[in-house]
Amino acid sequence: MAKPIKIALAGEGGQGVQLVAELLAEAAHQEGKEAIYIPNFGVEQRGGVSIAYVQIADEYIGAPRFKEGDIVVALSDRAITRVQPHVGPDTVFVYDNSELNTPGPRDELIGQQFNHHQTDSMLIDIEANRVGTEEHQGKLDLPKNAKKVIGIAATEVAKNEMTPRVFNMVILGAVLKATGVMELEPIQKALEKKIGSKFERNPELRDLNYKALSRGMELVDRVL
Amino acid sequence: MVEENELLAIQPSMPKSWNAATKPHKFCPGCGHGIVLKCIGEAIDELGIQDRVVFGCDIGCSLLAWDFFNCDSIQTHHGRTTPVVTGVKRARPDRIVIAYMGDGGGYAIGSQHLFNSATRNEKITVILVNNTNYGMTGGQMAPTTLPGQKTETCPYGRDVENDGYPTKGPEAVAAVTPEGAYVARGTMAKPRELKKYIKKALETQMNGTGFSFVEALSSCPTNWRTNAADMWNMVEDSMPKYYKPGELKVPGQGKEE
Amino acid sequence: MAEKPIQGEKKAFMTGNEVVAWAALAAGAEIMYGYPITPQNEIMHYWTRMIPKHGRSFMQTEDELSAGFTTLGGVMAGKRAFTATAGPGNVLMQEPVSMAEMMRIPIVLVVQQRGGPSTATVIYAQQEVTLTTFGGNGEGFRVVYSPSNHQELFDYTIKAFNTAWKYRFPTFVLGDGYQAKMRDSLVMYNPEERGVRMVDSEPFVGKPGMPGIDRDPGHFRNTYNIEEELEEVLLQYIEDYKRMSPEVIEYKTEGIENGCDVLVIAHGIVARAALTAVTAMRGEGLKVGYFRPITLRPFPVDQLREAAQKAKKLVVAESAYGQLNRLVKEALYGLNNPPEIVELFRPGVGITDEEIVRKTKSAL
Repeated sequence: MAKPIKIALAGEGGQGVQLVAELLAEAAHQEGKEAIYIPNFGVEQRGGVSIAYVQIADEYIGAPRFKEGDIVVALSDRAITRVQPHVGPDTVFVYDNSELNTPGPRDELIGQQFNHHQTDSMLIDIEANRVGTEEHQGKLDLPKNAKKVIGIAATEVAKNEMTPRVFNMVILGAVLKATGVMELEPIQKALEKKIGSKFERNPELRDLNYKALSRGMELVDRVL
Repeated sequence: MVEENELLAIQPSMPKSWNAATKPHKFCPGCGHGIVLKCIGEAIDELGIQDRVVFGCDIGCSLLAWDFFNCDSIQTHHGRTTPVVTGVKRARPDRIVIAYMGDGGGYAIGSQHLFNSATRNEKITVILVNNTNYGMTGGQMAPTTLPGQKTETCPYGRDVENDGYPTKGPEAVAAVTPEGAYVARGTMAKPRELKKYIKKALETQMNGTGFSFVEALSSCPTNWRTNAADMWNMVEDSMPKYYKPGELKVPGQGKEE
Repeated sequence: MAEKPIQGEKKAFMTGNEVVAWAALAAGAEIMYGYPITPQNEIMHYWTRMIPKHGRSFMQTEDELSAGFTTLGGVMAGKRAFTATAGPGNVLMQEPVSMAEMMRIPIVLVVQQRGGPSTATVIYAQQEVTLTTFGGNGEGFRVVYSPSNHQELFDYTIKAFNTAWKYRFPTFVLGDGYQAKMRDSLVMYNPEERGVRMVDSEPFVGKPGMPGIDRDPGHFRNTYNIEEELEEVLLQYIEDYKRMSPEVIEYKTEGIENGCDVLVIAHGIVARAALTAVTAMRGEGLKVGYFRPITLRPFPVDQLREAAQKAKKLVVAESAYGQLNRLVKEALYGLNNPPEIVELFRPGVGITDEEIVRKTKSAL
């Protein structure tokens, strides 16, 4: 009996993590598979890392959350760290390694509010904290125990060829190709179901999203 | 020519009573809590009471302020901040207690406590942030939701026939409190005035004359689903039409019966 | 005549909170009273959006005490009324539920458990079992269903109305934050089209006619003057509850017919993981069984005793610190050679299939 495919996705709130997860789950359901999707949520309305768990199977699925994922996707630097507990020796790990990575919150930059006790040590070294450099990439907390680590320059591709906001769809396309978890068509159908109304108002959006998916698929080879 | 490093050094100053370790805070972009808490922080600084303050916060977005100040703080149950700080004050009258809550914690689940503390003239200071919805739970209707305003539990707009009229809290508190109490309504749109009201409220407690209450009109662009311009229209135009800012009761300025 | 909420049978993939709203609609629930608390808010969000089309009502109250008491009022006025809550809200609900127990008022409550005690987390737990089964200042004359997937959430929300109105005990559907927020598949239907006749609601107050002349006035109280007066009433309720129990008790088992080395006991969403874990282990040839109470109250005592009698050890898995276990131990009291209980307690935290497999194998 096949075990469920377990997919964990994480990113900054607002990056579209939940949408990608919902698309995977919805597509699986449409294909007649068993599927469960559950978001992780805390008290705050905004901000913080957003995590989603998806399971796709042929049989009844057990617990909605899981420890180690078959596929783990991290869309921001903070997410890479947050998602570590879900990476195991069988995990395919996908992350965004664009040079033009959308900078995550740099607490040491913003947090330097000055109060009455200002000192020189509070001044920040701006150069050292620029994101996207090799030095920065080297500081990323990439997992060392995964089956495969795939870096996709999703933000760069999205920004240069489409719009930065569809970078999550580039990642989704890459995940589809790399893992073979789902064909493209059910995902497109799920996309229509979820945000078809937005496409009606603005047909360009549909083309953009579809293009982003295809581009993502072009960026990787099948590994699972 | 100003260097980039120097530019970054010119930041707005933070009240001394603020806990720098927990900044930047967790409130949403555009939230009014940050401004209200700054007014409170400055008032605490100017009155020199940081070591005497016991700060209570409620459930909802106000709970995010539990480690906001370098003051003793208690995060309580929903609507129960008023009785908890009342309990502290009765046991330790030397403390300066602040009950910080939202419109739900004060006018819905906490309304019996607010009403009773006010009527008894408890020597506490209640600061209530009014943003016309339940923010943290996802934007449901609040006692202060305006007629016609859409929220998650009145998705077609607040209908006063079915959902009732909004609550004018300071007016109610002013009506039931005896002489010696201080009641005001400020707005995040006028922080200097809001700080003045908060300071007078705390002084009322320090002088021991009675109950003090400040409602602060505030924003919730996340659940209002407004951009910055529309958010300010709500705070500066729509809300004050129904919730009039000003001092409603000042010790020593009572009307003749 | 109002349009039926569900046309035919409808395959759906949605969150648990949305399922509850649809089920209440399908059950013909007429009015919901509620107060915001995570993670059940979306039940209200969906309900308020759907009701104008179906002529139902909603009231947001000032807190859960009010939500519970207004629901009592709605039920006594003769409507299929319900409310929903979680965590600290459930604690407050115990006061109105106690009145419902004393006065035999058929209210329906959906509880989506979250971490406790107090505000704790808004996410998930199974820590409201004790509260929901025995939380009032009484004997727990109530019915509690514990669903473990969205199909059951739908089915048992509808059933809750029928159980409540037929037997006149407050009835709970005990879900949790995971079930509330996760998307799962189910088939929605109108109960009538599946041969489920909804039990009529009936007013306590407001019946037609002049009270004292055309009919008896509806006089309802929950205060008694002397101890014996109360006792007489309670003894009657005890009889009613005993008579109802065999008709209402539900449970599921797997692999217990010929006895087992380890019997895994779980309820609600943890039962999902328990079932898949036990199925996998049986596939490996291990002599492992599964017992899942669906009604936590009344608890399937006789059925658990029978299964436990033939088991060498029990594994009790719950996202709480022994609340299900307490019900299990009470049920098994007096058993000859009661099996050892191996505890898998994770208060406020989910339990995976792998964890249950590990625990069970270590007990073998």
